[in-house]
Amino acid sequence: MKIDALWLRANVIKTVRDFFWERGFLEVETPLLIPANAPEEYINPIITTNSWQLQTSPEICMKRLLCGGHQKLFQISRCWRSGERGSRHLSEFTMLEWYRSDCDYHTLMADCEELLQYVAARCIPESRSFVRDSSLITPFAPWQRISVQEAFLRFGQVDVWECLRKGLYEEVLTSTVEPALAGFSTPVILMDYPKELAALARTKHEDSELAERFELYVGGLELANGFSELNDPDEQRRRFEEANRSRRNAGQTALPMPEPFLNTLATMPESAGIAMGLDRLVMLTAGADTIDEVVTFTPEEL
Amino acid sequence: MYTVADLKKGLKIILDGDPYLVVAFDFVKPGKGQALYRTKMRNMINGSLLDRTYRSGESFEPASLEERSMEYLYKEGEHYTFMDQQTFEQVVMEEETLGDAKNYLLENLKVEVMLFGEKAIGISLPNFVNLRVTETEPWAKGDTSGNDSKPATVETGYVLRVPPFIEVGELIVIDTRTGDYSTRVKG
Repeated sequence: MKIDALWLRANVIKTVRDFFWERGFLEVETPLLIPANAPEEYINPIITTNSWQLQTSPEICMKRLLCGGHQKLFQISRCWRSGERGSRHLSEFTMLEWYRSDCDYHTLMADCEELLQYVAARCIPESRSFVRDSSLITPFAPWQRISVQEAFLRFGQVDVWECLRKGLYEEVLTSTVEPALAGFSTPVILMDYPKELAALARTKHEDSELAERFELYVGGLELANGFSELNDPDEQRRRFEEANRSRRNAGQTALPMPEPFLNTLATMPESAGIAMGLDRLVMLTAGADTIDEVVTFTPEEL
Repeated sequence: MYTVADLKKGLKIILDGDPYLVVAFDFVKPGKGQALYRTKMRNMINGSLLDRTYRSGESFEPASLEERSMEYLYKEGEHYTFMDQQTFEQVVMEEETLGDAKNYLLENLKVEVMLFGEKAIGISLPNFVNLRVTETEPWAKGDTSGNDSKPATVETGYVLRVPPFIEVGELIVIDTRTGDYSTRVKG
């Protein structure tokens, strides 16, 4: 990693921290080694001694803090996801997560706009624009918000529900929708996902087939995933069990239930939370093509 | 067997009976969804490129390829024969498979032959070969036309551009990676 990339990375992390401190968020550190993550069909935790796991995200512990009455929380921490390695994936990576009570996902979308403007103004003051594939993306012009169904119809001329039924969702998303999002000169928010694609999100009041989940894309790169939090423990347990059923059907091991989380979930106020890939935010700030360019060492170099 | 976790640039696998070289690879995983393994592969026999996307759980048969030192013997029509000097085993390759390599094949030239099972699918040449010029225009002294090269034919029949001072009978060095004249062998 080049020395100026190291400085830029450090600056982005410090700037993100300043942003949340200025807005009265409490910075927390939750344990990285835990007995259970939220079981998800396609996320494989790294299992350590005594069958404990490295966190795949700090969300379980951070939501328990929301249950305890904390209203605005953020954390910058390492997460691990087994087997994930590509030009924008590392098995060990840095995640920024923040949570708020008494709000829904619209508040988080506004947070994203403010945060990206704040980072661009301070870390890349000359251009005030992010860079992806040599294109400039400015966070200062208005951002578009597009529903997932609208994006599939507009960019792929296909119905998202049909794609899900046929098992083509990921294929169409990555080969058609994401490249189209790369053509926008501002960040784009993709919102209102089919509820099958949102294991921990609340469904919309006006349409129970959709979840209040959104993803933030900058230059076609998926940067953050946020949602209005589900706080119904029975529904949450049912979804975790469903994820484990899918895992078993695919020949994967079922994962343990995060029982203390499920036991306190009923006391969680209306909340919203979001996870942002910090390495990817540094990539966009540096104009780096690969995640390799913004970390000190890749696994292959160790 | 390889699994999707083994996929990386440089991996050689068998697909529909042909050996393929993975020339580009990326792991993509949209928003907590299923992982996709995108590859670009080159058919090692005909050179064609192929894009394929795989999902978790798929597996591949490794392509076992062997490189052996052999000597070029002779050509008959469009068939070129090579022989392993240790085992005296012979393999035949089509002109089409050889591609540009045929321009440098002089009897007894030592090359590396790539074998896929029993089938020879390509050769690697030395970076430089020496070939004698059999045909070229004489150098007109005082030529002021400004031409700094002229065509010449070498003993394999290959035609290339050489500097004007090269004469028939001279031995020249050719870079097999570019097909260009490199220098002349003195003496």
